[in-house]
Amino acid sequence: MAYVAEAPKENFRLSMLIYDTRYRAITIQVIVLILVLLFVGWLADNTIKNLAAKDKDINFSFLWNRAGYDIGQQLIPYTNDSTHARAAVIGLLNTLVVAFFGCIFATILGVFAGVLRLSNNWIVGRIMTVYVETFRNVPLLLWIILSYTILSEVTPPPNAFRVTDDMIANGQAPAASMILNDSIAITNRGSDIPWPYLDHPMPGPVILGVPVNLAVWISLGLIFAGIYVARMNNRRARLIQEETGDRPTVWWQNLLAVVLPVALFLAWRGIHLDYPELKGFNFQGGLAIAHSFTALLIAISLYTGAFIAEAVRGGILAISKGQTEAAYALGIRPGKTMRLVVLPQALRVIIPPLISQYLNLTKNTTLGIAVSYLDLKGTLGGISLNQTGRELECMMLMMGIYLILSLIISSLMNAFNAAVKLKER
Amino acid sequence: MATATDTFVRREMLGQKEPPTSQRGIVKWMRENLFSSLLNSVLTIIGLVFVYIVLRTVLPWVFFGVWHAGSLGECRQIIAETLGPDGSAACWAMIAERWKQFIFGFYPQDSYWRPTLAFALLFTALAPVLYYGIRHINVRMVGAVGVLLMLALWGLGTDAAHLMLAFVLMAALTAVAWAAPKKLVWLTILYPAIGFFLLWGGSVWGPVGALFGFVILALVWYGLQRQLGVVVAGGAALVTAAVWWLYVQTHVTGALQSALPLGLPPVRSDLFGGFLLAFVIGVTAIAASLPMGILLALGRRSDMLLIKALSVGFIEFIRGVPLITMLFVASLLLQYFLPPQTNFDLILRVIILVTLFSAAYIAEVVRGGLAALPRGQYEAADALGLDYWQAQRLIIMPQALKISIPGIVSSFIGLFKDTTLVALVGLADPLQGITKIVRADINWKGIYWEPYLFVGLIFFACCFSMSRYSMYLERKLKRDHR
Amino acid sequence: MSEAIVRQIDRSHMQVSDEIAIQITSMNKWYGAFHVLRDIDMTVNRGERIVICGPSGSGKSTLIRCINRLEEHQSGKIVVDGTELTSDLKNIDKVRSEVGMVFQHFNLFPHLTILENCTLAPIWVRKTPKREAEEVAMHFLSKVKIPEQAHKYPGQLSGGQQQRVAIARSLCMKPRIMLFDEPTSALDPEMIKEVLDTMIELAEEGMTMLCVTHEMGFAQAVANRVIFMDQGQIVEQNEPKEFFNNPQSDRTKLFLSQILGH
Repeated sequence: MAYVAEAPKENFRLSMLIYDTRYRAITIQVIVLILVLLFVGWLADNTIKNLAAKDKDINFSFLWNRAGYDIGQQLIPYTNDSTHARAAVIGLLNTLVVAFFGCIFATILGVFAGVLRLSNNWIVGRIMTVYVETFRNVPLLLWIILSYTILSEVTPPPNAFRVTDDMIANGQAPAASMILNDSIAITNRGSDIPWPYLDHPMPGPVILGVPVNLAVWISLGLIFAGIYVARMNNRRARLIQEETGDRPTVWWQNLLAVVLPVALFLAWRGIHLDYPELKGFNFQGGLAIAHSFTALLIAISLYTGAFIAEAVRGGILAISKGQTEAAYALGIRPGKTMRLVVLPQALRVIIPPLISQYLNLTKNTTLGIAVSYLDLKGTLGGISLNQTGRELECMMLMMGIYLILSLIISSLMNAFNAAVKLKER
Repeated sequence: MATATDTFVRREMLGQKEPPTSQRGIVKWMRENLFSSLLNSVLTIIGLVFVYIVLRTVLPWVFFGVWHAGSLGECRQIIAETLGPDGSAACWAMIAERWKQFIFGFYPQDSYWRPTLAFALLFTALAPVLYYGIRHINVRMVGAVGVLLMLALWGLGTDAAHLMLAFVLMAALTAVAWAAPKKLVWLTILYPAIGFFLLWGGSVWGPVGALFGFVILALVWYGLQRQLGVVVAGGAALVTAAVWWLYVQTHVTGALQSALPLGLPPVRSDLFGGFLLAFVIGVTAIAASLPMGILLALGRRSDMLLIKALSVGFIEFIRGVPLITMLFVASLLLQYFLPPQTNFDLILRVIILVTLFSAAYIAEVVRGGLAALPRGQYEAADALGLDYWQAQRLIIMPQALKISIPGIVSSFIGLFKDTTLVALVGLADPLQGITKIVRADINWKGIYWEPYLFVGLIFFACCFSMSRYSMYLERKLKRDHR
Repeated sequence: MSEAIVRQIDRSHMQVSDEIAIQITSMNKWYGAFHVLRDIDMTVNRGERIVICGPSGSGKSTLIRCINRLEEHQSGKIVVDGTELTSDLKNIDKVRSEVGMVFQHFNLFPHLTILENCTLAPIWVRKTPKREAEEVAMHFLSKVKIPEQAHKYPGQLSGGQQQRVAIARSLCMKPRIMLFDEPTSALDPEMIKEVLDTMIELAEEGMTMLCVTHEMGFAQAVANRVIFMDQGQIVEQNEPKEFFNNPQSDRTKLFLSQILGH
């Protein structure tokens, strides 16, 4: 087929910048660009003037100066002689550790509450509704402060746990006692829980001032290897099912594959639990957890759990009754219907809001400063900022780090969404 | 049984019969909802035991609480006398003594009628937005607000003159709602100035002057838009208005004030606190963020690469950082970004940053509303020859915003709860700020359940009713769209 | 479907003049790499009633959507009423205000009443005073026989009524050309007739019409020309009688046998 040449070329006129769809877009964008640049320039100019007026500059070298303050909870070694940069890393790790456990607990709570809220048991459904509505409609900060206040003001001081000879003689009980078979002590200073230690620890090299615990890494490696074996085993089971129609029972093999090697390894290294014990004025041994961490974790898990419950409920409700009915009509039993038809579809609906809740949770960990939990906001954006007076640098760094965290989580979400999207026209 | 070949004609229709006993009433309900299976029965029993334990602990604590006492110690003493040494009950006396502080912060006592009136007018101003031109709902809403306002003012011990003033005002507004419900929208338009004047006080000419700037803006825009197009005229109007606000207004209002001094006693921002502060920040930020959010949403859907990139960048940046960091930007960094010597108070700075914050979230809500509109609406508007802004204003936005209302309400709930964070930059929010002050009082040292419960309950009442309202709207929208 | 056309048609006004209303010359359009419209040449005189048919995906809707630039063409020339459609906004506005369009899914504005739907464009585009616009709207609403629904909302009307409102809405702009994009495809069978009747009336008054439709009864009764499209090109065009009784191309024969065969 022959194509006739383009319409004769028009001469460019100035009015075309506004009235011609081809140029109009460019004109508008150029104007917007100029305005934005002017605005940014104005901000930058103000900043420079203000900095000059205060005799300051923008300089990140303070990060390598001595921090000079203590941090209660530290996942990697830190003293007040460490640098501000290291304090920031400690803060970031504290943020991450609360976010990590928060996500896990909130998910468990949320899935439970969401499913139970849909149960046809009236009273259970109501209880879950009360839970969800109570937590969703009251600020998170209240839950954090309330949990912290209760933990630190209601719980007994360590010396209330003391058992003196007089008490034994008189058959009296101490004012307070440890819970869960004498393993956990909750005092007004913090919680002490038992913690696993190895008789034969395996210290590794120190990288960037962080001692590497080889035993942990080996255990993790073994678990992942076990999961891989379990997946291969599942595949084998599916192949057998496809060929013969019968699916061999594999769950106990899989469980063994994951658990047994780690258990053997740890037993070989002599694992044992170290229990907290009252010595002098305080508990020793085990692991001491600050109330700020516990309060933040409890509050944030309960709060986010309520939102996740709504997401889960919404996801299950979104799968139309027709899907279940169609599966029943094909003779699929209710349990299998849930697993094969409803859940795969519901997950598609649930996962995006779930991940955005994880995002919210991570950002909400900043509220920990209300109970002096030293996360990234508390260290880099708090004490370091106040000590050095470097507001611009600290805030920029901190916002950048939060932004990167968020971007990582949301890019995970997008990747997941793309992977599970229903294939539609 | 009849065989298949038999013909059959029913001569008499069957009447309705009662279902068997197991299929009706309480028995059926219990069987279905509580004891449908073994697992369910166990769950029911666990649930009942749980509820019983909770109620047994909580109810006496709440109902045997002490309302009249001067300090926590006195409370404990009274409780020990009435309930015995092991008894525990609430000490509501603290609330009875301090509730005004929880609500108004340090706002001057004799001016409590001002925020109360501003709050009532806010709802009156909302009526035409939610139910534009529907007479009976507007009348009922304005009337109800009037009655509640009178009750509230009476409860706050307002003097007769202000009570009378409020009564006349609300009666007049109800009359307007009845006579010309669409005219109520003028109150909505004027509300920002009225609200500002009532809350902060000062000369009446300040807000009037600021409003006049908007009148200039509208007039210039309207006069030029035919010749220059919507956007260019908008820019020109904005520049003219800015000139008025920045250079002319103060002289004119100053002259007017000296000629005709009208006004209310000014109230400093740092006296704002409690729920008053939460509402001022929340309502201002959400209202101010709407236009910005709409523009951002349109920008994000634009074909123009630069505009889209700028909108996406802004939205994702704001959504990626925690609100607290924005608040700290307000308290620590904003002073760097503004011209030297500009200094305005913390509340305003916080409102600006919270507005930016909520604009990003509103933008996403509006984007959802825009995406829900069928493409046909855009095409029909194009085919009729409407230009972009006409199509947006007349066709797209009315529908998209209506769809977005539930989402906007949810954003507001989130924002309202988040206003508690302003305590962390030193403002007296109801939760941290005021409660801390109360708990620092020597009389009430060691009290924790009562203040948190009280504040939590108010938050719950506000947020829960708003979320129910937004769910109701959502259901109604679904019905309307069928 | 020809039984839908029960009324005797008055052809007295249906004169085709020599004046050219639309001229399309060697127009091409791509969606990405997909060549939707291939080398379209077409001239429409004032007063013509043209029915465009063809299998789905043949580009017939795209073709008429190009005529008021809901779709952009990449090469060739479209001249509507002496105005060439280029990227010039003024031309686009001019063409759009002169060409009415009726959509398959009506695309009424659900937040506005029927009357407001009809007066919107005259008020904002033509700058007609409101009272006058309302008079005109009522005139056309009575013409499509639903003046009594003027204050209802689109959602309260049946599909057929909505489509008639959509026609009235286009007519309120006093267009010189009307485009119909499968106006009856989304309607229940019992409502098709009322819409077709309205369209026939319009034809009787001498409106220039381009209509994408599968209503072959309508084509036989009203059209003066039927265009058959397949794979983005015009395969055959002819008078309706010749087209239906004596199709030339194999593709046309196949298509006709499929839609009229049973």
